[in-house]
Amino acid sequence: MAAYLTGRLLQTVPVLVGVSVLVFLILHLTPGNPALFVAGPDAPPEVVRDIERSLGLDQPLYVQYTRYMSRLVRGDLGRSIQAHDPVLDHLVATFPVTLALACVGVLWTGLVSVPMGILAAYRRNSALDLATIFAVLAGNAMPVFAIGLILLYIFAIHLRWFPLTGYQSLATFDGWRHIALPAITVGSGVTPLLTRLTRSSMLEVLNQDYVRSARAKGVREAAVVIRHGFRNALLPVITVIGLQFGFLLSGAVITESIFSLPGMGRLVVTAIQARDFPVVQGAVLFFSLTFVLISILVDLAYAAADPRIRYG
Amino acid sequence: MAAARGTGIEIAAAAGQPGGLGARRLRSSRGTLARRLRRSWQVKIGGTIVVLMIVVAAAAPLLAPLDPTIPDILHRFQGPSRAHFFGTDSLGRDIFSQVVHGSRISLTIGLISVGISAAAGITLGVLAGFYRRLDDPIMRVMDVLLAFPNLLLAIAIIAALGPSLQNAMIAVGIGGIPGFVRIVRSAVFRVRGNEYVDAARAVGVRDVRMLARHVLPNISSEVIVTATLGIAAAILAAAGLSFLGLGAQPPTPEWGAMANLAKDYLNIAPYWSFFPIAAIFVTILGFNFLGDGLRDALDPRLHR
Repeated sequence: MAAYLTGRLLQTVPVLVGVSVLVFLILHLTPGNPALFVAGPDAPPEVVRDIERSLGLDQPLYVQYTRYMSRLVRGDLGRSIQAHDPVLDHLVATFPVTLALACVGVLWTGLVSVPMGILAAYRRNSALDLATIFAVLAGNAMPVFAIGLILLYIFAIHLRWFPLTGYQSLATFDGWRHIALPAITVGSGVTPLLTRLTRSSMLEVLNQDYVRSARAKGVREAAVVIRHGFRNALLPVITVIGLQFGFLLSGAVITESIFSLPGMGRLVVTAIQARDFPVVQGAVLFFSLTFVLISILVDLAYAAADPRIRYG
Repeated sequence: MAAARGTGIEIAAAAGQPGGLGARRLRSSRGTLARRLRRSWQVKIGGTIVVLMIVVAAAAPLLAPLDPTIPDILHRFQGPSRAHFFGTDSLGRDIFSQVVHGSRISLTIGLISVGISAAAGITLGVLAGFYRRLDDPIMRVMDVLLAFPNLLLAIAIIAALGPSLQNAMIAVGIGGIPGFVRIVRSAVFRVRGNEYVDAARAVGVRDVRMLARHVLPNISSEVIVTATLGIAAAILAAAGLSFLGLGAQPPTPEWGAMANLAKDYLNIAPYWSFFPIAAIFVTILGFNFLGDGLRDALDPRLHR
């Protein structure tokens, strides 16, 4: 297990290096001189040159990248052009919000799509099954922001059940009221796929001989469906949760803008609008790192869900 | 060797092996395919929506009663009425006209983004699938692209190029490349295993001709399906970017950008958000249905 984990972590190193090179290149090969943004449009050329030198922009690209990487491995992501404080501080301040949003989003998705998928498969071709299929098709065609706006309109503006915007710690009840609509919004990006997958993998499992045997020996129906059925249908479901986590993180960017949550997604968007490249760079790297680490966690979750899979 | 497509020997050989999908499809004549397409409700509904959308986009200036960008301050925030089917926005612009013109933009986004993804993705996918030497390097680069959560790569690219509709199309197009590469590569793997490819190689057919005559035609169904579903995904992604203010800029009547403006007036003018969202919804539904239907009709085995 430890050996597998080490190997898996080592595998991600080249990917992450690639990601850092790509992000670095994207932001450095672009039209427009970052020094000009720092100095302002009316700055005299000498000032711009000074800033170029202080930012190291006068060096060849590979020197800039090496410097960037050597600072990166020491946890130094540079300073925000706008706020002049370390980028890392911004990430540390905003990440918990995005993490909370994503986790509650996954929780919600799991609570909705798994039972829905199981029931639809169990009552195949019933009205419930058809309704589920219809909901999945409709959900697939809905942009995340549309769901956010609809929820906002119905539950915050019209019914006033939930606060409009803002974020509070999840330690309080009010914190949960604040995160509820955003979490549902974020989760909605993944719910249709997860429901469809739970349904189809349950359909497959429920036709297996061991399910018939379980019924034949008189196991209670609920136990047949959950213990014999769902346990075996779980693997593809976990895979999708893992693979779609990236989708969830992207959804977080949009959701945080709608609900004004002070998370990393909103950080990126405001940084782009302010052309604060170090912050964009840091946040994109951090998002990718999270995404890659989650996919490792998913691999580990396989072993927990399926005793047949052993690592190392 | 062109005659290899459709000869009895090749089909018999291909039908006997699991990888012989492309050849097996040839046996089902055009008539069967047309019948399958006609029978599919998904193709019917999806196709109708897509055709309607193309008609609306083509005839936008004729269908839209007013110029979508000209403000009319005296008639701000008017609810849907006979004069303004979908109402007016904060500047008094006609929302119906905006939505109608938006269909042009969304269709363009879909086609151009998927064009970029397809051009790069098919080339790289064919190279990776056909030349073992290139497989590893290409796929490692794709791994890097896939390490970005979907929209994040597009966002990084837009951070560099600056927010605009054109850059959003480029960014979404680049983001769609890995998907194409994976599907084309595995399709090429499948085709490469067929005997007609060996036969063509044995008689000395060159690589370029081999790809053009034997490989590409046989992976076309995967490409068509991926592209159709890709258009839906591209329109969704670009609408998301525009909604964030990173894509189309006002007063361009892109549906996501419209929803972005409208979201601040959700309490007084909910219809302003509703119509662009509804337009996106119907469009995506159409392309998704068409894509799924085509997949089932072109290749019943892929049915999930």
